[in-house]
Amino acid sequence: MSTHSTYDMLRHFADSWGLLAMLLTFLVLVLWPFRPGARSANEAAKTMIFKDDDDGE
Amino acid sequence: MESVVSRSGWWLAALFASIFAMAAAVDWGFAVHMGIFALAALIGLVVSLRTTDFQAAARGLLKVPQDEGRYDDDLIRYGMIATVFWGMAGFLVGLIIALQLGFPALNLGLEWTSFGRLRPLHTSAVIFAFGGSALISTSFYVVQRTCRARLAFPGLARFVFWGYQLFIVLAATGYLMGITQGKEYAEPEWYVDLWLTIVWVAYLAVFVGTIVKRTEPHIYVANWFYLSFILTVAMLHLVNNANVPVSLFGSKSYPLWSGVQGALVQWWYGHNAVGFFLTAGFLAMMYYFVPKQAQRPVYSYRLSILHFWSLIFLYIWAGPHHLHYTALPDWAQTLGMVFSVMLWMPSWGGMINGLMTLNGAWDKVRTDPIIRMMVLALAFYGMSTFEGPMMSVKSVNSLSHYTDWTIGHVHSGALGWNGMITFACVYYLVPRLWGRERLYSLRMVNWHFWLATLGIVFYASSMWVAGITQGLMWREYGADGYLVNSFAETVAALHPMYLLRAFGGGMFLVGAGIMTFNVWMTILGKLRDEAPLYHPVHNADADHPLTAVPAE
Repeated sequence: MSTHSTYDMLRHFADSWGLLAMLLTFLVLVLWPFRPGARSANEAAKTMIFKDDDDGE
Repeated sequence: MESVVSRSGWWLAALFASIFAMAAAVDWGFAVHMGIFALAALIGLVVSLRTTDFQAAARGLLKVPQDEGRYDDDLIRYGMIATVFWGMAGFLVGLIIALQLGFPALNLGLEWTSFGRLRPLHTSAVIFAFGGSALISTSFYVVQRTCRARLAFPGLARFVFWGYQLFIVLAATGYLMGITQGKEYAEPEWYVDLWLTIVWVAYLAVFVGTIVKRTEPHIYVANWFYLSFILTVAMLHLVNNANVPVSLFGSKSYPLWSGVQGALVQWWYGHNAVGFFLTAGFLAMMYYFVPKQAQRPVYSYRLSILHFWSLIFLYIWAGPHHLHYTALPDWAQTLGMVFSVMLWMPSWGGMINGLMTLNGAWDKVRTDPIIRMMVLALAFYGMSTFEGPMMSVKSVNSLSHYTDWTIGHVHSGALGWNGMITFACVYYLVPRLWGRERLYSLRMVNWHFWLATLGIVFYASSMWVAGITQGLMWREYGADGYLVNSFAETVAALHPMYLLRAFGGGMFLVGAGIMTFNVWMTILGKLRDEAPLYHPVHNADADHPLTAVPAE
């Protein structure tokens, strides 16, 4: 494969399937904490730094 | 006993190797650096042979309490002292170079003290020495607390801390001797880069090791930010420093990437150093220390996750905005601009998340100077993450690029956001780490706050005026199509602004000096006898029940 055709293949992959895969990954990661039933997990996660006096010491 | 023998064997081997490299050096800068390596190995050898004595002496000298608790805090205490020390050094060099720009005679006519060599000394001292020491020590503090586990690989953790300090010394002395790759924020040469790579892999091992042995099921969001900072900096460092040395015993090397590819790799590195070192790492500090100091949880945990992934996915593409109107392909410039503008949203999401943590406790801004510092840090985070996307827009950039506006922008972020949040964390940590009842003086924190804030205002506003003046003077054409101003005329026009900038920087340095004294006294265990900062006065006239007003 010539250098140019490698470049050509990669750039077409980057602005089609690669882009789509990244976008979907991003959306799943970002929407994950908003799924139904995550409220209590979020609540527990944000207050965990106050559990026990002085960080469990 | 056996481990002492084998450990000192390694130190001795390192000592001999450094001395050999020093003797074989092809340039004197390399020889000096190998001498520094040899000195470090010698110190390591002596300490490993007489560990107990030195540990006890250091504890006595630094008034360190016996640390037999749940967490390993020795290194974090050293880290606080290193942070304050490097901060003072970096701010002082910054003031010196600001004055050099106003009064060129201060270059002293010596190559070692010229602006070109002191400037990277300043940037590396504040970013990598002050900021880096703060990041390493707070990350070790936060990861232990949020994972409820003692630091993994304690020996390796000590290597990380001292190895990083050695990296700083090598980088700083190298700049003064003129050893540089000439890449902004990536100046250290190939052998110092290799050393940092080893230290950084060890850092990753200690951090991930601690997360792996956690007793808390959830990994708190601050650790996500610290981990992204460690991983991304490793990747950036390796790609941007792919250099081939001229000689294995010389300090000079040449990069693998050349021309516009090299420029793109450099600014992909440079902007992500801002994004992951100065943003993600310090946001990790924000997500732990702001809720702890405010004593209320972060406003929205979901928003913090959204903030995290959006920063990660967007920041990495923003670098090309440093190369507008250059040989870089136009689509790449536009890509950098678009992603920079998109970054505005998650940045403000994060700022709002931090500020709204104080929802219902806004009185603390008046009563607690540490909270006030944190709030100002977040305000500057918001301001510079609005200014940045604006400056990345091509038409704005055509005015702002290469001018002092950029320097003003960087400092409102670095002094306002990174500096203020670090000061707040130092004030939070020092009394806790040394087991003191409180800081030596809260009133001094207040003085520090106002000196630093006014200093930043002088700095940023003088650089805005300077930058826009410069940009407009450079592009001014006369009726006959010639440029109106010579370069020297634009420099002369900026002189008053340079003096105002140095004045602002001086105020910031004085504020940091007050912090140094305050931290020192706190470590010594002294308490300043002072009136409380906030004292509500009883108003007898207003102190009566509401009288009912008859309806009309």
